[in-house]
Amino acid sequence: MSDANQYGYRAFQLGGFRFTRDEYFVHLAWPGGSHTMPADAFLRALIRDVAWNFFYGIVNFDGVFGTVNHYGTVDVFAGLYNAGYREKNKQHVENLKGDEVRARFEEILADWTNEDFDPFAAPEETGTPFGPKHGSNPKAINRKRLVASRMTGMKGDTPLRSDAAGNPVNRQFVDVPQDEPEVHAEPGFENEVHAYNFFAYVSRSDVTWNPSVCAAVKDSLICATTEEFMLPVIHGNDRVEWFVQLSDEIHWDIQDRDSGAPRARAVMKAGDVAAMPADIRHQGYSPKRSLLLVWENGDPTLPEKYASGKLKSNPVDF
Amino acid sequence: MAYQTKFGSLEHYEKGGIEVINDDPRNYVFSNVYEVASKAEPYEKIAVGKNLKYVLEAVRAEGTSPWYTASHDEAAIIMDGEVEIRLVKLDKALVAEDHEGTTMLEGNPDGKKMGYIVARRGHMALLPKGAAYQFHANKPGVILLQTIAGDLTVERWKDICQK
Repeated sequence: MSDANQYGYRAFQLGGFRFTRDEYFVHLAWPGGSHTMPADAFLRALIRDVAWNFFYGIVNFDGVFGTVNHYGTVDVFAGLYNAGYREKNKQHVENLKGDEVRARFEEILADWTNEDFDPFAAPEETGTPFGPKHGSNPKAINRKRLVASRMTGMKGDTPLRSDAAGNPVNRQFVDVPQDEPEVHAEPGFENEVHAYNFFAYVSRSDVTWNPSVCAAVKDSLICATTEEFMLPVIHGNDRVEWFVQLSDEIHWDIQDRDSGAPRARAVMKAGDVAAMPADIRHQGYSPKRSLLLVWENGDPTLPEKYASGKLKSNPVDF
Repeated sequence: MAYQTKFGSLEHYEKGGIEVINDDPRNYVFSNVYEVASKAEPYEKIAVGKNLKYVLEAVRAEGTSPWYTASHDEAAIIMDGEVEIRLVKLDKALVAEDHEGTTMLEGNPDGKKMGYIVARRGHMALLPKGAAYQFHANKPGVILLQTIAGDLTVERWKDICQK
């Protein structure tokens, strides 16, 4: 490619932000500043930001760079949620159209992801992202986030996973029972009497830290995900979300959303339930691949209500 | 190497917790569904998660429950044991469209049998809008119920959460 650098990677511009990479690192520059991230960490964060369509709230790629979802537009920032940058007024923020940001991020992903690297996979399950450019991996970077409108497996809804469909049980979940519930529907009610093996479905996920909606009750969304190694972003909430640990354990570092100051650690084991308040950021560590239920409230009016103080950041007073 | 996936149960669960650095642990509303169910009455619907009007309830399944219905879908995840879910299509709606949460019915519902589901740990079942449903468990089990806070929702956060 004519505009590729000596390592074979193209440079990209998004507003005032410039993105370049070499064999090991991604280099970001903006008017008045610059930043460097390891290429693996950057790509793992980038693919989730794209797949989640900027998710709920803030996706911190690390302590400096990230995005804020305004559900139509996106703030692309450097230092905005870093106490040191803020203290010296060194933060840089650009509000851009979401479609524009996503399109540029997709181009970066396509060019910088080498053929044997899957940014959604656990480190043990993928090749190296490093070195000069060698090939590409469109299959890995073009997965779609699965969003059930009512419940996974129902007619017309997101499909179940199976060996036949190309979804083998993950190597760390071979002991997760794959039996199906007994569903005895009377004639005429085949589409209403529905159940499936939720844990088995999740055990067949080939991605990590990527919640899929599996059941919806109005705006109440049960999302499931398999977690291994570490959450590649530091997620800053714009609403309360909840975790239910379904198997194994995850350790969460919890910080003040705006400054990054440490607030707490959560150790969650199977059956544990915890809220993540609307004013925190969090990053999880899963030593063994685990099953996690992420419970979200998809009400689109919530970010404004929390931001304006109409709603308290903690979900329950007791 | 062989990996062992750790699940919890009524008989055996390990609980984690919140390690506070500069915060109030109550902000995290930390509980454990097995611990909550182990201390609950059969079919008591105890909120373990609340997101404005929405709740996740821990339910101890033991014996046969009353019949329930709701004006909206609900979802049941079996966290332990084996639970039979019996479904009846109600001849007429017994709760108003704008009445949210689970409603308990008196006696048996009038309607057509839709069928039944036998679900075990890890299974998720739809409790469809417009249906009545009843749980039955020969041995104690645990259901995590996705629903909306309603007349039957029990909130006893002070008793179940880390303080």
